[in-house]
Amino acid sequence: MTATSATAPPGGATAPEARPIRSRARSEWKGLAFVAPFLVVFVLVFIAPVAYSIYLSLFREQLIGGNAFVGFENYLALFADPQFWEGFGRVSLFLVVQVPIMLALALVAALAIDSARLHASGFFRIVIFLPYAVPAVVAVLMWGFIYGDNFGLAANINDWLGSVVVTPFAREWILVSIGNIVTWEFVGYNMLIFYSALRVIPTDLYEAAELDGAGPMRVVTGIKLPALRGAIVIATIFSIIGSFQLFNEPNILRTLAPNIITTYFTPNMYAYNLSFAGQQYNASATVAIVMGVITAVIAYVVQLRGSRKEER
Amino acid sequence: MTTARTALRRTLTVAAAAALAVGSLAACSAAGSTESGTADDLDAALEAGGKLTYWSWTPSAEAQVAAFEEAYPNVDVELVNAGTNTEEYTKLQNAIKAGSGAPDVVQIEYYAIPQFALSDSLVDLSEFGLDQLEAQYSASTWGAVNVDGKLVGLPQDSGPMALFYNAAVFEEFGIAVPETWDDYVQAGRDLHAADPTKYITSDTGDAGFTTSMIWQAGGRPFQIDGTDITVDLADEGTQKWTGVWNQLVEEDLLATTPGWSDEWFKGLADGSIASLVIGAWMPGVLESSVADAAGDWRVAPMPTYDGTPVTAENGGGGQSVTKQSENPALAAAFLRWLNSDPASIEVFLESGGFPSTTADLEDPEFLAIESEYFGGQKINEVLTQASKDVSEGWSYLPYQVYANSIFGDTVGQSYANKSDLNDGLAEWQNQLVDYGNEQGFSVNE
Repeated sequence: MTATSATAPPGGATAPEARPIRSRARSEWKGLAFVAPFLVVFVLVFIAPVAYSIYLSLFREQLIGGNAFVGFENYLALFADPQFWEGFGRVSLFLVVQVPIMLALALVAALAIDSARLHASGFFRIVIFLPYAVPAVVAVLMWGFIYGDNFGLAANINDWLGSVVVTPFAREWILVSIGNIVTWEFVGYNMLIFYSALRVIPTDLYEAAELDGAGPMRVVTGIKLPALRGAIVIATIFSIIGSFQLFNEPNILRTLAPNIITTYFTPNMYAYNLSFAGQQYNASATVAIVMGVITAVIAYVVQLRGSRKEER
Repeated sequence: MTTARTALRRTLTVAAAAALAVGSLAACSAAGSTESGTADDLDAALEAGGKLTYWSWTPSAEAQVAAFEEAYPNVDVELVNAGTNTEEYTKLQNAIKAGSGAPDVVQIEYYAIPQFALSDSLVDLSEFGLDQLEAQYSASTWGAVNVDGKLVGLPQDSGPMALFYNAAVFEEFGIAVPETWDDYVQAGRDLHAADPTKYITSDTGDAGFTTSMIWQAGGRPFQIDGTDITVDLADEGTQKWTGVWNQLVEEDLLATTPGWSDEWFKGLADGSIASLVIGAWMPGVLESSVADAAGDWRVAPMPTYDGTPVTAENGGGGQSVTKQSENPALAAAFLRWLNSDPASIEVFLESGGFPSTTADLEDPEFLAIESEYFGGQKINEVLTQASKDVSEGWSYLPYQVYANSIFGDTVGQSYANKSDLNDGLAEWQNQLVDYGNEQGFSVNE
């Protein structure tokens, strides 16, 4: 208070400035009224749960002995928890292998459909997209039947080959099996992102390219791919988030391969089982916060790199 | 009180006649301590009526609630299926943590009862004099609902283990019904050698099965004394079991079909899974889910180590009244009716359940039933005998639900690698000790 009054200029000078400040303040309030509905929901479903998770992560509640503030002990315990890092390593491996494959397939599909050389492109578009419309739970159950090496399609193939070759639920294949399901589910979704980005490229660019004698491949590398950069960055970020949040597919397959898919197979499964099987709500909240931060950082770095290239 | 009792105990040593006096006195003092409710209070509560919520996934629940409401029109019971076992426990645990939302009466399996009893979430039913129903129930199920001297539930069904086997397969390959575990392992070898698509049984690692098998072998890996816990998954009984079961695991003689999957039911139907050592509630499941194999299956006593009949409980459970209940007297009255009234138990038996009440277990009519599915065999004779042969003194951990959830992470690895189960059990023990200590128990200290 005293500092403000001391630095305040003489009365005459403040008077003319006061009006614009007040009106700016008023318009700011008007703006706030417009975003208020969003803010209320945002605070309720985003800020509040995150704040509560952070709060939870600073305490430790025991079955015997009640609740106590423990500072960052839960975080230190998590950083030293091999089960967490095993799950984290697994989704990271999944990320670097599955995401490029999925996005490459989606890109090829989008370019093919956009090339105008494909008959019935509308049909292909819907067929590739269709798996995305199948609820993940149903999709995984379906793949579970296909993978079944006692009675499923895998068993039939093994019978036909006369030896046990196809074992989708074996420890060394399970991640590939899950990756296959996820790819099947999301290629169509990513294809649609790419395809819609391709549709907004002005046609005069193609005409100009044709006049310059550019072949179809040159059009792809010279026009289409650069135009797709933004869409690829977005799809990559979505896929990174999806990989780190891997849960549905392994969790449902767990009933079919209970010993191969552990309770800490992915960080999300670990968080889920910590809280719902072990009542370790605090540890679970810690996993959620740490994974949230890691995901945000990686997604941000990807976005930064993506947009920097665009500027060049 | 204590001094009086010690004094009386002293007299007990003096004369046998005094023992009778002590018995009657103790009974008197027990009755005197029930201040908050008696059987009369329960009747009054039923008369006064009110609303109750009941969580259950048993197939008989709906018909039982309907019959109850007909008998007591003033009481309105809302039945909710809050999911099967762990799903329900998760919801119950969350409701307890939240402080509201738990039902008045809830179904809990025996293995999970200590967990909820320990968090002081269940009403001690002896407050309402229900401890006097003890004589009605088989000893093992009564033991399962008594935790730390409190009666925290009433038993509903029971699952004394028996050997269910596909007689058609056994006959085809000339396999005799095994009486000892050594015979059983040999039968597994012979069957698989004769037809590589057939297995003596399936087991991919199931905590409920393993604990029951250890129970039968005489192992008592979990000792609980208040919050002091001892976990010893390498005790003599446990090693007796691994000694047998390791042979099946390491020689690849077990079907690797996870229990309760579609493939599992198919395997039970087509003979590729030739037998199951499982609780006495299995006949109902076989009849409804493995209908194709009608006539093939038979029941025999559970194999033993030395020929002395002994068995264990596998699954089964009862109902409890939660502390959140606003009308515990009415809830207790409903529970008393649910698990001891003949009208309710009749509905339960019709749905294919296996009872915990001795009167029903020994009812000549029940014993004489010739099961069509089992080719006319009087299966209840075998199963009732099993309920009498359950080995005593078993207890589950006060965090058994969690323990079972990490079974696949630990013992399951031995199954997956087809290696020594003792290694997996040791890892299970490590994690259980860590978890218990983290949660404020003192485990193995």
